[in-house]
Amino acid sequence: MSKAADIVLVGGSAGSYHLIVDIIESLPPFFSSALVVVIHRNPKFKTRLEDTLSTRLHRPIIQAGDKTAISPNMIYFAMPGYHLLIEPDRTFSLDISDPIQFSRPSIDVLFESAAEVYGSRCTALLLSGANRDGTDGMTAIREMGGKAMVQCPEDAQISTMPENAIRVNDGIDIISDQQIISYFRNLK
Amino acid sequence: MAKLSVSHISFIELQEVVDLLRKVSGYDLSGYSKSSLKRRVQRVLDLERMDLFDLKNAITNIESFRGYLVNELTVNVTEMFRDPHYYATLRSEVVPYLETYPSLKFWSAGCSTGEEVYSLAILLKEVGLYDRSFIYGTDINGNVLETARKAIYPLKKFKLYSENYNASSAQDSLSNYYTAMYDAAIINNEIRKNILFSQHNLATDYIFNEFQFISCRNVLIYFDMDLQNRVFRLFYDSLCEFGFLCLGSKETLLNRDIMSNFKVINKEFNIYQKIR
Ligand SMILES: C[S@@+](CC[C@H](N)C(=O)[O-])C[C@H]1O[C@@H](n2cnc3c(N)ncnc32)[C@H](O)[C@@H]1O
Repeated sequence: MSKAADIVLVGGSAGSYHLIVDIIESLPPFFSSALVVVIHRNPKFKTRLEDTLSTRLHRPIIQAGDKTAISPNMIYFAMPGYHLLIEPDRTFSLDISDPIQFSRPSIDVLFESAAEVYGSRCTALLLSGANRDGTDGMTAIREMGGKAMVQCPEDAQISTMPENAIRVNDGIDIISDQQIISYFRNLK
Repeated sequence: MAKLSVSHISFIELQEVVDLLRKVSGYDLSGYSKSSLKRRVQRVLDLERMDLFDLKNAITNIESFRGYLVNELTVNVTEMFRDPHYYATLRSEVVPYLETYPSLKFWSAGCSTGEEVYSLAILLKEVGLYDRSFIYGTDINGNVLETARKAIYPLKKFKLYSENYNASSAQDSLSNYYTAMYDAAIINNEIRKNILFSQHNLATDYIFNEFQFISCRNVLIYFDMDLQNRVFRLFYDSLCEFGFLCLGSKETLLNRDIMSNFKVINKEFNIYQKIR
């Protein structure tokens, strides 16, 4: 299977669930990037988020599997209970090392490893949450020439996560929920 | 908070470290997943306040550093009865086969500090098979094996372990199998007697016995496809006919050539049986 040249990442925690659903529903039927979503959720509860959305939208939405290719026009979710990383050959890789910022999967871990592999062809969006996961990941993406965007704290249900990312990353793009949806509606 | 790291290594530099380590020692990490290995190397650099130059120097000149490094690079996170439903599935779908053997050999490959081995021992005890069983626990990391042999764990971990145990459709109470002493728990002797822990490197070592059951959970995610295939071959060769292979919940044999020699016993928990 061919591999995507561009990757778009979305990281969310508490209060980001509904916006993530809206984002996925707004996507065009075809886009050439790969979209990877990491959302903090309890591995003990089997949320069938992927299956529910997949049935509703009539398109595959899958958990990113170990050593599988990152393909265009695909929507992946990070599995609960594992960190998700990206290999230089553009495949996914899982890791069960300790949680980071109390989180596994950690947004930082995915963002940092995607930044390294995709460089300027990496775009990331950080959403609502009650901790400080994602901030270091945003820094890494900017350092490697990628594009980093943060949900406007006023729009976020819980603003801690976006606020922290904004405080540490001077001049980072801050976008409203409306802009977020229009960005994904026009995803290439 | 600013990062402590003195320097950030790239994938190219990581490759240099791997090549050097292989050249000067028996350790071959070339088949490991690059992204997580890089994080682990970076962690050692941060911890030791070294840069790449220091690291290469230490690998070349200090023999004891090499073993230390490999131990630090492995991820040893584990639990008793991790994935409780996996253990429930073993009871219901694997134990009935195992009961037909007069004696049983088990191999837990990449057993870390031993929690998986003792979980298996407890399960075997409860289904009445432990007296005719022997379990080998192996790992590349000598330090975790030392802990596994001692069988002493922080007592605070047993809240989670008990929850896991209770969710594994076990009948008893986990506290029957350990003795609490201050803030530590030691696994009871009756569970420890038929177990041997020893060092074995899945990337470079060979078959050492024949088994009815092999479990290798949450180890293969650290390997690339080629090394995974090598290890699958090793397990295949080490299993007796109709022996079982159990992988981690996110590790699958499907789509691999060797799958034609196995049958799926349980898809969700990646339990396979050798059929030819
Ligand atoms: C995440 S732990 C898994 C422990 C346990 N099996 C479980 O699922 O809870 C991975 C273990 O694999 C071991 N390991 C890594 N590379 C290995 C190799 N080449 N040979 C044997 N063990 C290895 C590590 O030292 C570590 O203890």
